Amino acid sequence: MLTLERATVRRGQTRVLDEVSLSVPGGKISALVGANGAGKTTTLMTLSGLLPLKSGQAVLEGPDGDLDIARTAPDRLVAAGLIHCPEGRQVFAKLTIEENLRLGAFLNKDRRAVARLQDSVYALFPVLGDRRRSSAGGLSGGEQMMLALGRALMAEPRVLLLDEPSLGLAPLITDRIFETLVALNRDRGVTLLIVEQNAMMALEVADQGYVMAGGRIVESGSGKELLGRESVLTAYLGVGM
Amino acid sequence: MSARLRPSPWLSALLLALTLALVALLLERYGGGYYRTLAKLTLINVILAVSLTMTNGFTGLFSLGHPAFMTLGAYVAVAFTYPAGRKSFAMPDLPELFGGIEWPLPLAALIGAAAAALFATFAGLALLRLRTHYLAVATLGLIIIVQTLALNLDGLTRGGRGLTGIPRLADLPTIAAATFVIVVICWRIKHASLGRAMLAVRENEMAARCFGIGAFRLKLLAFVLGAAMAGFAGALLPHVVAVMTPKSFGLTLTFTLVAMIVVGGQGSIIGAILAALTISLGTEALRPMEEGLGLYGLTQVIVALALILVLIWRPRGLFGLNEPLVRER
Amino acid sequence: MSSYVLQQLVNGLTLGSLYALVAVGFSLIYGVIRLVNFAHGDLMMIGAFVTLGLVATGYVPWVIIPLLVLVGGFLAGATIERLAFRSIRNAPMITGFIVTLAVSVALQNLGILLLGGQPRNFLFPEVFRARVNLGPVQLGVIDLVIPAVTLLLALLLALLVKQTRLGLAMRALSENMLAAQLMGVSANRAVLAAFGLGGALAAIAGFFWGGKFGQIDPLMGLVPGLKAFVATIIGGVGSVMGAVVGGYILGIAEVAFVGFTPPSWSGYRDGFVFVLMILILLVRPQGLFGRDEEERA
Repeated sequence: MLTLERATVRRGQTRVLDEVSLSVPGGKISALVGANGAGKTTTLMTLSGLLPLKSGQAVLEGPDGDLDIARTAPDRLVAAGLIHCPEGRQVFAKLTIEENLRLGAFLNKDRRAVARLQDSVYALFPVLGDRRRSSAGGLSGGEQMMLALGRALMAEPRVLLLDEPSLGLAPLITDRIFETLVALNRDRGVTLLIVEQNAMMALEVADQGYVMAGGRIVESGSGKELLGRESVLTAYLGVGM
Repeated sequence: MSARLRPSPWLSALLLALTLALVALLLERYGGGYYRTLAKLTLINVILAVSLTMTNGFTGLFSLGHPAFMTLGAYVAVAFTYPAGRKSFAMPDLPELFGGIEWPLPLAALIGAAAAALFATFAGLALLRLRTHYLAVATLGLIIIVQTLALNLDGLTRGGRGLTGIPRLADLPTIAAATFVIVVICWRIKHASLGRAMLAVRENEMAARCFGIGAFRLKLLAFVLGAAMAGFAGALLPHVVAVMTPKSFGLTLTFTLVAMIVVGGQGSIIGAILAALTISLGTEALRPMEEGLGLYGLTQVIVALALILVLIWRPRGLFGLNEPLVRER
Repeated sequence: MSSYVLQQLVNGLTLGSLYALVAVGFSLIYGVIRLVNFAHGDLMMIGAFVTLGLVATGYVPWVIIPLLVLVGGFLAGATIERLAFRSIRNAPMITGFIVTLAVSVALQNLGILLLGGQPRNFLFPEVFRARVNLGPVQLGVIDLVIPAVTLLLALLLALLVKQTRLGLAMRALSENMLAAQLMGVSANRAVLAAFGLGGALAAIAGFFWGGKFGQIDPLMGLVPGLKAFVATIIGGVGSVMGAVVGGYILGIAEVAFVGFTPPSWSGYRDGFVFVLMILILLVRPQGLFGRDEEERA
């Protein structure tokens, strides 16, 4: 569904991504793990069209044909169902929960459809429904993650990119979030690419995974396989990089 | 930065001095009044550009207030140089002790510079804590405040009618010498530890502070020194053109100066000099066309559009590429 | 209250309305892209001269002129954004400010070039120049119209920002441009709209200014533009409604300064405004309703 082929991204003189190739199969959960600074966020930003490619290709497959990500405006990608849930949630603290959700479906001009989507998000996360008129800044970390997820769901995504969903969250909440993600994939067929420093968590739920270090993919395989490999641990801890 | 063969600073200074001396001598001997005046005005622009480079370029603060200091320096200096006989008529509110004196230009200009520096100290203490664009607009406000004062205190300044008959004491050798001195001062500051500290503040103020660099005091120093030089230049100008009004140094000048340091590259002294030369001579070259065709304002439009284009395509300025950030040893 | 005081209040409200109109657009633009648009005051000049042009043709009925001025201002603002400001949107703050400075100089000198530096004027129709008595105060009809229209436009803008999709987009961009773009918000379109709306409001302020004060010239936008910036600071940068409040406060303060100090001081009114600005920047830089971060180094 989503592929990167020998993608290279530069920031100044450094190659933040160095000939990275990966593919995210439709309907499955993929994980991208690695130590801090390995280039995971850069990969996601490239996939959602926010960073230009120095060389290589990024493609989003769709029912209406393939989209060359580098040549497509970010809002077109959103319209095509590619949703990126950024690192740190980045909810709009000054806006209400309702408005945050509305923004998630920004490109959807059908008010009634948007309202229905909002209701479904409130059904999934009642906490948000109770406080829909209050500003998002007052939410706890876990609640903000729920809002970020809900916001992403408002766009009715085909592919969901998640950057460090567990960041700063208590284990219990992280579990809950991952349960929701798995259910999303299972019940609604949403393709997921989860970037995580918490490699164990991500690889446990992933159908396939990639390990990144120093801007390159160093390991790949099914989630279970990677969990068992010692080299993964090494890369994850950043030792021997 | 790759190691390049750089002329030693003494050689550069000597070259500068020789060039200026040569230009001054040639024009004094052979040049007509027009060329001499043009040279004087251009050199004053060089002083302004270099001083603004120090204020803005070194520490990275964004002051648009130079014209305010120029106005102040000018009026103060003129109070000292104006012919004693006409002083009481033109500036009736001037205190008694000014009445009889008629001092030479270099001295009067230095006093003007000191006055500007004093004003800048207070203004700086108040304003320099502000962030970029607030500082920019606040310094613009300084221009308006000084202009308002000059317009209204007409017992001292003759207000909107302006002062005429200012003695033309500014000859080319004096201005050339002043230019040389000021350029050397700025150059020395830049390449001394003071300058390096200032540049550090510009690059990353927080980090500089961690190294014990007193950022605020450096900014204040750069601000006040720049103001003093502006005051000095401001004092020179009316003694070239013999006329002075509160609006002599206004927004247009601000813009021209900004254009110079943008084109010259932030923090580059050579760049500032080259830019000042280009823009001064360029606008002067365009002037006949403007006046001949009756298209007033054309020059400014061209400069403005050129500036916009430069900023869009070369945010680091046109000229400021050759000068090392700090001198390699 | 004595009639003199009331009279000053009326004058202050009129002047304040004009500052408010310019300040609002300024604040809107700053809110969305953090750009201090030095050229904003010159859009007022454009509005005034568009009015002059329309009046001069003799064809256009007065009812339509303000609408055309609004449209003209919108187009002018949007065009300037597209041509000059879009390319530098991601440049450092100072570059942006310098470009707006350059645009301002370009606009002013284009004005001088094309229209001549001499002041011109146009007259509003009799209806507006008529004077009425409202209790102890005498004012022109125009002094009623200006604040009324200003408040109406401010209200409409507030509704747009709060209730519409475009307004939501602007508020999101204002808070977090990256995240907003991840939602599919088009920064280009929202910024263009902000500049257009700001331009429209500034233009109508020019329309009123010319009618009220009787004189327009290519440099007329400079000082009011700077004063509008002061108004924005009073109200709090980043707060659109604060800009309106700030505009009125400034207008009343300026008129009060002229009205209640010895006549020989009246020439200091501009200096007064900027001294006030400096004081505010020192004492309470976030203004009344400022939502932005501390603006200190």
